[in-house]
Amino acid sequence: MVTFVVSAVSLAIVFLYGCLGETLMEKAGHLNLGIPGIMCLGTAGGCLGIALYQGMLSDPSKPSWILLILFSIFFSVIFSSFGGSIYALLTVSLRCNQNITGLALTTFGSGLTQLIMDKYVDRSYFDAAGKVISRGFVNNSDAPGILKALLSYGFFVYFGIVLALAATFVLNRTRVGLHLRSIGENPATADAAGINVTLYKYLTIIVGSSIAGLGGLFYTMDYLKGSWENASTIEAFGWMAIALVIFTLWKPNVSILGSIVFGGFYIAAFVLNGSSTQKELLKLLPYVITVVVLIFTSIVKKKGSQAPAALGLSYFREER
Amino acid sequence: MMAVQEQKKEKKEPLFHIVRRTDISTKTKAVIYAIAILAGFLISSLICWAFGEDATPIDFFASMFTGAFGTKRLIWLLLQDMALLLGVSVALVPAFKMKFWNLGGNGQVLMGCLASIFCMFYFGDLNNVILIPLMLVASLAAGVLWAAIPGIFKAYFDTNESLFTLMLNYIAQGLVAMFITIWVKSGSGVLSPLSAGNLPEIGGNRYILIIVVLFLLAGLMYCYLRYTKHGYELTVVGESPNTAKYIGINVKAVIIRTLILSGAIAGLVGFFLAAGINHTVSTASANNMGFTAIMTSWLAGFNPLLMFASCFFITFVNRGMQEVRMNFSFENDSISNIVVGIIYFCVIAVSFFITYQVVFRKNETKTKAKEEN
Amino acid sequence: MDNSTVIELKHITKRFGSKVVANRDVSMDVKRGEILSVLGENGCGKTTLMNMIAGIYYPDEGQIFINGEEVQIHSPGDAFRYKIGMIHQHFKLIDVFSAAENVVLGITDEKYDLNEAKQRITAMAEKYGFHIDCDKKIHEMSVSEKQTVEIVKVLYRGADILILDEPTAVLTPQEIRKLFDVLRAMRSDGKSILIITHKLNEVMEISDRVAVLRKGEHIATVKTSETSESQLTEMMVGEKVELNIDRPLPVDPKTRLEIKGLTVTDITGIKVLDNINFEAKSGEILGIAGIAGSGQRELLEAITGLQKISEGTVTYYHPKKNKPVSFYHKSFKRVSELAAEGAFHTKDGAPVSFEGKSAKEIRDLVDEGEIIFNEDEVIDLRGKSPREIRELGIHLSFVPEDRLGMGLVGNMDIVDNMMLRSYKRGHSITLDRKSPSDLADKIIRELQVATPGSHTSVRKLSGGNVQKVLVGREIAAAPTVLMAAYPVRGLDINSSYMIYNLLTDQKKNGVAVIFVGEDLDVLLALCDRIMVVNGGKVTGTVDARTAKKDEIGLLMTKTEAEGEKA
Repeated sequence: MVTFVVSAVSLAIVFLYGCLGETLMEKAGHLNLGIPGIMCLGTAGGCLGIALYQGMLSDPSKPSWILLILFSIFFSVIFSSFGGSIYALLTVSLRCNQNITGLALTTFGSGLTQLIMDKYVDRSYFDAAGKVISRGFVNNSDAPGILKALLSYGFFVYFGIVLALAATFVLNRTRVGLHLRSIGENPATADAAGINVTLYKYLTIIVGSSIAGLGGLFYTMDYLKGSWENASTIEAFGWMAIALVIFTLWKPNVSILGSIVFGGFYIAAFVLNGSSTQKELLKLLPYVITVVVLIFTSIVKKKGSQAPAALGLSYFREER
Repeated sequence: MMAVQEQKKEKKEPLFHIVRRTDISTKTKAVIYAIAILAGFLISSLICWAFGEDATPIDFFASMFTGAFGTKRLIWLLLQDMALLLGVSVALVPAFKMKFWNLGGNGQVLMGCLASIFCMFYFGDLNNVILIPLMLVASLAAGVLWAAIPGIFKAYFDTNESLFTLMLNYIAQGLVAMFITIWVKSGSGVLSPLSAGNLPEIGGNRYILIIVVLFLLAGLMYCYLRYTKHGYELTVVGESPNTAKYIGINVKAVIIRTLILSGAIAGLVGFFLAAGINHTVSTASANNMGFTAIMTSWLAGFNPLLMFASCFFITFVNRGMQEVRMNFSFENDSISNIVVGIIYFCVIAVSFFITYQVVFRKNETKTKAKEEN
Repeated sequence: MDNSTVIELKHITKRFGSKVVANRDVSMDVKRGEILSVLGENGCGKTTLMNMIAGIYYPDEGQIFINGEEVQIHSPGDAFRYKIGMIHQHFKLIDVFSAAENVVLGITDEKYDLNEAKQRITAMAEKYGFHIDCDKKIHEMSVSEKQTVEIVKVLYRGADILILDEPTAVLTPQEIRKLFDVLRAMRSDGKSILIITHKLNEVMEISDRVAVLRKGEHIATVKTSETSESQLTEMMVGEKVELNIDRPLPVDPKTRLEIKGLTVTDITGIKVLDNINFEAKSGEILGIAGIAGSGQRELLEAITGLQKISEGTVTYYHPKKNKPVSFYHKSFKRVSELAAEGAFHTKDGAPVSFEGKSAKEIRDLVDEGEIIFNEDEVIDLRGKSPREIRELGIHLSFVPEDRLGMGLVGNMDIVDNMMLRSYKRGHSITLDRKSPSDLADKIIRELQVATPGSHTSVRKLSGGNVQKVLVGREIAAAPTVLMAAYPVRGLDINSSYMIYNLLTDQKKNGVAVIFVGEDLDVLLALCDRIMVVNGGKVTGTVDARTAKKDEIGLLMTKTEAEGEKA
């Protein structure tokens, strides 16, 4: 049971980062279908950072925890923001269609990531780095279950949860959050109130992308402890993250729980003793539930649990 | 009205401002897109040069052309791929024209494949004369189901169709994965090609049937949108739902009817994939054409005839890149994705210059006066 | 409290484009602690003038002084620095936010603390006597509550000068009274309040002074206590201008539409039309005058089946007398029913009975034109669909605010727009583009539509040409009743006259024309009768050949219904 919870929570964090980034962007009115690509880019950046750092060490199998974290986050953020900036430039300044821009970004991002990982990232000591990064506060196997369920995770798990809580706080309790939400709901009103819509959108997209990118990094370095499969796995998780945004009704704090539910379904598919058919059925459930949530909210039409009103629309001031 | 606020701001930032174009000639449009595509290729060739082994831009372009047109077989494959992509684009275009953002092409095609393979697996003993029509009907029905459901919810509850169709893609993949576990007992997760229900070859050519049917369909779709009452109604619904209600169009019925058509065509493509090409199914059977087709139909301005060009172009890039990949020792399709992505970016970015016009300060008064009259 | 001048406008002129002058050489002032009404007809430039004070427009000429100092107001932000706030007719609020969140939106120069904001809002509410629930979401609010939030937004930013653009247009009488109490409380607190309005009774009730604008010019500013409604009306409408519009006398007018006790209630339960009675006759133009939003739109929509009618009847006299019967409505049953009621006669004048005849025989008789209507057919339009009503020959050429809203589709070309109403005809699944294309060419030629061709998107045409396309299409369908709402809005003189002539031609052809207009001079010159509406009621009907302009002006602002004067 504890193992199940631990793996469910671990995997959940991948979705959490992606969902968090996407939620922020959607709150600013941008449906970013490039999230899968951005999560890939974040992975590539983070791994490149780690490889660079390990390359500088005389003994790459003994990296320092703090430097690993710093290097990986720094490079991951740079790569993710690069992807986010392309998206922002096209959709905010050039007012291009958000859907197709996002899809193009996903194609580009996964391709670039695959190439970088194949050609430029030296992964020979990644298992050592993975072990260090995923090190939890409680590591001995005979610790009580509850402690293990709560404290055996690596830094990125707690960082993700803190970010989600912080995002909730910022969105609901601060001026920046208020302005951000107003842009997603009605950019013309926000503009009339003197808010710099373009600046807010750029910053939100870049910050959101950076957060989402950490999800891919986490999956590779913490969840898989440094082993690399391919970009399409991360891409699939990216789509799941977009589903999760709907499932959690655009609320970052709810997304902590929501991602654990999604993670649970996914893990259950592997640990339960069912037939492989049943496992596939379980993996499908998160999407079905998301559809049900989507339908339900549209029927109930309760304001406040709907997508931001201006989601997906370009804002062109002269057409108010 | 509030736009005039802009007027004031310009005193502070006098550089330029942006206005929506009122008119653009086809020639200008073509030139803008040509520049974008050239720029895309140029950047791509430079990137290949940087990443690949001895991939100078000249070699790059040469490889692209050999990859696409090098042998007779390659040309047939190019045409077949193009026809399939065209088919999916044709499926999506009526929905797009209605401003229904169907992102579920992948799911709809995949369901079509699944339905055909289902028939091939369970009714494989039947004569092909019975089996193939059965497969066809099943595929169409599956595609329709996958498109009409979000259509119905959109019509009655205004459920967000982009998110809905997106989710249905994954549900379709999940179903395929599930059925494969039922059909493949070994646990390999790969269904080996089935021999029953394969489409006949016409004159010893197994490509021509699919190509002809789907090309014809694109022509028919053009006529449907341009010359029929249905096509007219869905355009009105897309352009202005209020006007549609005002003149007595049943908006709900039009949405659902259009999505049924959309789904049926996607199902047909699925049928061709299953019965004519792969004879098996996997979660990747739709080959991401659902997304690519969004790009091609958008590029073509939702005009089925222009989609021949856009589909040809995208297929050319994809097939050409396979050759580039092999020639310059890239391990997998990563470089194709990068190149396709860059070309997409360039083409998307220039759409700005087609919709909008950057007006510099000195021309400004003139434009203003024009607007106000 | 001193009575010093807070705003002074000197020689303000504002042009839009090269032709339209919204304000010409306006000079006026606003004093501390007063309520000043800005009065004028639609399009007289009052909103434009106020927008210049609020920083939305910038004057082309002239100066604005605030507290004696010349200022440049480039943006609403600038206006707030001079403590000026404007409450627009269309609220700028975020639906899913609470009142308090909307109030603080965009403020950056103080700490973000919603609780403190709420306290301040509550204190303000107490001070001026309004009610506001800080935590209530905008989408749960009534229009009046939303307006309160807008007022609080402005006060919260420390405005001393408040501009309200037609604040009472959307309120019930009770809510208006409450609003006026609040405004008076603010006045005694030393705030200056400008109200844009065209309702005379409200002007008299609330304001200290009235500034009257007409056709962009400032006529006078007078003390409310020293003026009367009729004097204000005269200033507002001005002298009658003679227009040279051909106006033949109606020939053989017959009632086509008869409206009795028509009442329409909107979703919020307010009566937008209240017991309307009138007739529209063939061969005459019935003008409908009234301030915008007095129920004109609802009236036309109710007749054409687009508005749900709560009470009353709309009867249509279908001109069938002495015309052969056909299977219009494609209903065999209906024809049989009418025959049973004795509605038909034969060519020789004998009564018609279908008894004992087979369906085929009846069909043959009718197809050969043997059966003829005795009288006009009387049809109750209530409960008929918009399309059925249209097919009976009642056409609405409606020009909604944004012109491309409901009558035309902007991104379609002229030919395709011609088809909007008629494309369904026939059983073929394909469209017939031939006749719409001919029609488009005919309209372009005859109405001189300036366009590169019939395949140009309507969106690319200028306003006047869009109008011509719209009106041309409606007239082309040979209606028996033609309703045109604001068909000349935004048109230049020549295009306007072309439309007037088109309507007069229709009248000569025996069509019953209903013309909803804004310009009283035009109404007086074009129409045969003018019906005046205000607040959803008919306040009077006058003979357009004899009526005085100020007489109509007074009816437009009257609240109580009166008997016919015609």
